[in-house]
Amino acid sequence: MTKLTHLSISEALEGLEKGDFNAVELTEAHIAAMDELRDLNAFITETPEKAREMAAASDARRAKGEAGVMEGIPIAMKDLFCTEGVLTTAASHILDGFKPEYESTVSANLWNSGAIMLGKANLDEFAMGSANITSYYGSVKNPWKREGDDTTLVPGGSSGGSAASVAARVAMAATGTDTGGSIRQPASFTGIVGLKPTYGRCSRWGTVAFASSLDQAGPMTRTVRDAAIMLEAMAGYDAKDSTSVDRAVPSYKDAISGDIRGLKIGIPKEYRMDGMPEEIVKIWDQGIAWLKDAGAEIVDISLPHTKYALPVYYIVAPAECSSNLARYDGVRYGLRVEGSSLDEMYENTRGEGFGDEVQRRILIGTYVLSAGYYDAYYNKARRIRTLIAQDFQKAYDSGVDAILTPTAPSAAFGVGENQDDPLAMYLNDVFTVPASLAGLPGISVPAGLSSQGTPLGLQLIGRPFDEGTVVKIADVMEKAAGFTALPQLIAGGK
Amino acid sequence: MSYRIKGQTGEWEVVIGMEVHAQVTSRSKLFSGASTKFGADPNDNVSLVDAAMPGMLPVLNKQAVRQAVRTGLGLKAAINLKSVFERKNYFYADLPQGYQISQYLEPIVGEGTLILDLDDGATREVGIERLHLEQDAGKSIHDQHPTMSYIDLNRSGVALMEIVSKPDLRSPEEAGAYLRKLRSILRYLGTCDGNMDEGSMRADVNVSVRKPGDEFGTRTETKNVNSIRFVQQVVEYEAKRQIKLIEDGGEVVQETRLFDPSNGTTRSMRSKEEAHDYRYFPDPDLLPLVIEQSFIDELSSDLPELPDDKKDRFIKDLGLPAYDASVLVADRERAEFFEVVAKGRDAKLASNWMIGDFFGALNKNNLELADSPISAEQLGGLVGLISDNTISGRIAKDVFEIMWETGRDADVIVEEKGLKQITDTGAIEAAIDDIIANNPQQVEQFKGGNEKLIGWFVGQTMKATGGKANPGMVNQLLKKKLAD
Amino acid sequence: MSVDKATVAKIAKLARIRVEEDKQEALSDELSKILDWVEQLSEIDTDGVEPMTSVVEMFQPQRTDEVNDGGYAKRVTSNAPESAHDFYAVPKVVE
Repeated sequence: MTKLTHLSISEALEGLEKGDFNAVELTEAHIAAMDELRDLNAFITETPEKAREMAAASDARRAKGEAGVMEGIPIAMKDLFCTEGVLTTAASHILDGFKPEYESTVSANLWNSGAIMLGKANLDEFAMGSANITSYYGSVKNPWKREGDDTTLVPGGSSGGSAASVAARVAMAATGTDTGGSIRQPASFTGIVGLKPTYGRCSRWGTVAFASSLDQAGPMTRTVRDAAIMLEAMAGYDAKDSTSVDRAVPSYKDAISGDIRGLKIGIPKEYRMDGMPEEIVKIWDQGIAWLKDAGAEIVDISLPHTKYALPVYYIVAPAECSSNLARYDGVRYGLRVEGSSLDEMYENTRGEGFGDEVQRRILIGTYVLSAGYYDAYYNKARRIRTLIAQDFQKAYDSGVDAILTPTAPSAAFGVGENQDDPLAMYLNDVFTVPASLAGLPGISVPAGLSSQGTPLGLQLIGRPFDEGTVVKIADVMEKAAGFTALPQLIAGGK
Repeated sequence: MSYRIKGQTGEWEVVIGMEVHAQVTSRSKLFSGASTKFGADPNDNVSLVDAAMPGMLPVLNKQAVRQAVRTGLGLKAAINLKSVFERKNYFYADLPQGYQISQYLEPIVGEGTLILDLDDGATREVGIERLHLEQDAGKSIHDQHPTMSYIDLNRSGVALMEIVSKPDLRSPEEAGAYLRKLRSILRYLGTCDGNMDEGSMRADVNVSVRKPGDEFGTRTETKNVNSIRFVQQVVEYEAKRQIKLIEDGGEVVQETRLFDPSNGTTRSMRSKEEAHDYRYFPDPDLLPLVIEQSFIDELSSDLPELPDDKKDRFIKDLGLPAYDASVLVADRERAEFFEVVAKGRDAKLASNWMIGDFFGALNKNNLELADSPISAEQLGGLVGLISDNTISGRIAKDVFEIMWETGRDADVIVEEKGLKQITDTGAIEAAIDDIIANNPQQVEQFKGGNEKLIGWFVGQTMKATGGKANPGMVNQLLKKKLAD
Repeated sequence: MSVDKATVAKIAKLARIRVEEDKQEALSDELSKILDWVEQLSEIDTDGVEPMTSVVEMFQPQRTDEVNDGGYAKRVTSNAPESAHDFYAVPKVVE
């Protein structure tokens, strides 16, 4: 029998239903995997005892015929989701010791659907980063390595702990959050599936905010079908989030039909950027060919404002973050570094509590919102954001069903590479940010390996609230790609 | 008469604008379901949202929107179908989010007007610049610990309406009249209880001075003044301070100031002043607020009669003098009380009694209308007895005293004490005959031309009838008898 | 757009983040570089384009005015670094 930790969610649900194993056994296997691969630093807090309790309760529910859509599935919870009574850090020193008195809507939805929490996954501090190297709790290691090279690679970010734990078979799935690519880029770097739904699809209530107009939670899994199952459990209208959209959640997995004949796939010419690595171009062309072979119609499209997406993002996101992070002031929770006055206490707390990247973004955001610069930066960026959203709108209006692009401009890089220059790091998000700015659903599917044997993902971007079509196409591409490679570090060994 | 302050260089005019923060009457807060009740235990009226816990999000209270629109309608203002909530970013101990959610570029209510009722009975129109919704801050308590301040977030997130006037006010009296009238309108509408002691209404007072006809001078803003009297003191003090400053060769600095009620002065709040840059931007947690015209129309048709309309009606339909009408409509309870007193009765007589003896008694006993021992029906009963000649006005005063002491009805008292007016001509004539017979000297003098003595005869007659004789009849009969 | 050391100090103050003198120089370089890079946005003519507030095409929901939250001072102060008698406690504020 396949190791329990190697099963997909849909396989595990089948096994649980048939009684081949129970949730307690499944959970124990993953707790053991968590022990074994602690060196990945994928978790900030492990919660094995809680997992065992939840597993026992899950088995009881299944026995009573009350199984939910994620019943008995052990997952990692990105440590950006507030979990009642369990340390929640956002990977920041400033949230030292913070144990929320509440449960985020997304995590509550998952527990209600039967999922089991293994622990709180590491991430970039406040989800700001593309390599998971800004966590106060240390970097996360990518379980993949380049062939014949022992360099530790980054798992991507910000959902690096989530990605690493799923890729290494420590967690069956994980939650991620995506502001500019934080689900899709690490999924691409670790050879898994990452789905960012439409903005407004998953509630933001109880999730530590980075940039409110962009943040969106989504599933990180090893198969497209699993992502569809998990999204169904996470999504839904929430009256506590004014930007949550009141729209029924369909069964996404039922949208998976294997038949994409006649669907129109747009290929945006602006994503063929100068200096793009050959292997990225190759995998993209490969993806186009797969979809064409499956009967989809490939059309060239233009998203003319693509190149401005990244600078727009690096104004909008820091501006919102500078305000969202003002509440971390040492008064009501988390770290306090004393000072002789209130202002000094604020400055000491925030100076010590926030890491360099977070500070950098708060300062940029403060600057672009300040008097005299607001129109030149913030309003300008918001206007161009409108143009970027209109680019997509025009493509969809012309009949395109989804857009295919690479997920990231490179494969996973080594720890220390790209690190001196914040700008070089920001470029990681060049293909994921436009869909974030437009609020569109996007998925990264593992498509193949780089010349050095590390995973590369392709991204599909869909119409608003059309996650169904996105997973349908992604599933076809996944099957065509037949991605079976395993990372070097994997629970129980290869 | 324009208000002018004499300086060394001539006469100065004071220019005042007011930003009033009025707590919206609602059960729950602007963006959370926590209670707005006054006087709760520390941090008891605080939700996770109000404490700005990580990941908490605001959801708008419909009642706050209704109340803001109703207030806008009461101020005859333009209602904006689309408005936007923005974040005003600054750090303060009682501001848990690190920003206040407010409306900035696109407020819910635009320009309107308010009519001032001045002491001399005159009226004047004052422009309203805008009204917007925003969150209140919490409270810092400084006197509980030697080195710490304590923070109570019970008020944090309570809905406020900030109502901004145009710089149209020109004297301390007008500033006071503005606040009184605004409070009256809010209370009529039930959109704010106007209770300045509990902080549900506070004013930021903008004051500048100029030579009449000149451009506006530089203004100062004195924050959080919580009584009408204090507002007037701020205006007086600031005007004099600024005039002296300018006449001594200095310049007024645009700044925030704080009022000190202990000595009626203001002082600079430099701590609040340094490098403020609020970095307003639309709150990404909240979408634009859009309301339908039909919603406005519905609220508009449900508005109660407001003081200006009520005053017009009192003058036109009840025939009251303008002065009486403005006194009676000044607050809603008073107007409603009066309408009960005057119902089906002589309105002017009712007004006289209410403004005269009744308010006098309330004042003397330091009571609010709501605490009056005499109900509106009872006072009306008394007025009725006077109107139908059951008792004289003179006797009514005694009856009123007894009503005040005992809370009993006027007709019962009159009956019991036999205070009914004597309107029996025979009885009055008998008394007069007696007096004429017993006072030949006075009769002689009267007939000799000292007509003033009629008063003395009236007095004697009233005395003889225990004050119960109808004074009109006494006069008439006396004149007749003395002429014989 | 260059952000000099003084500007770094000013915005750090606005953001209430202590930035030591020796870090200001490096930050000034980094922020300047980032701002130079975003400067490319000025190439685009955005006249008549509405600034985007939200990608969600709907208007603000409004809730009924009910008291259904709060009443748990202990829960909102349980994580406070310093509290007393259900108040949060901070270094004395001088107004």
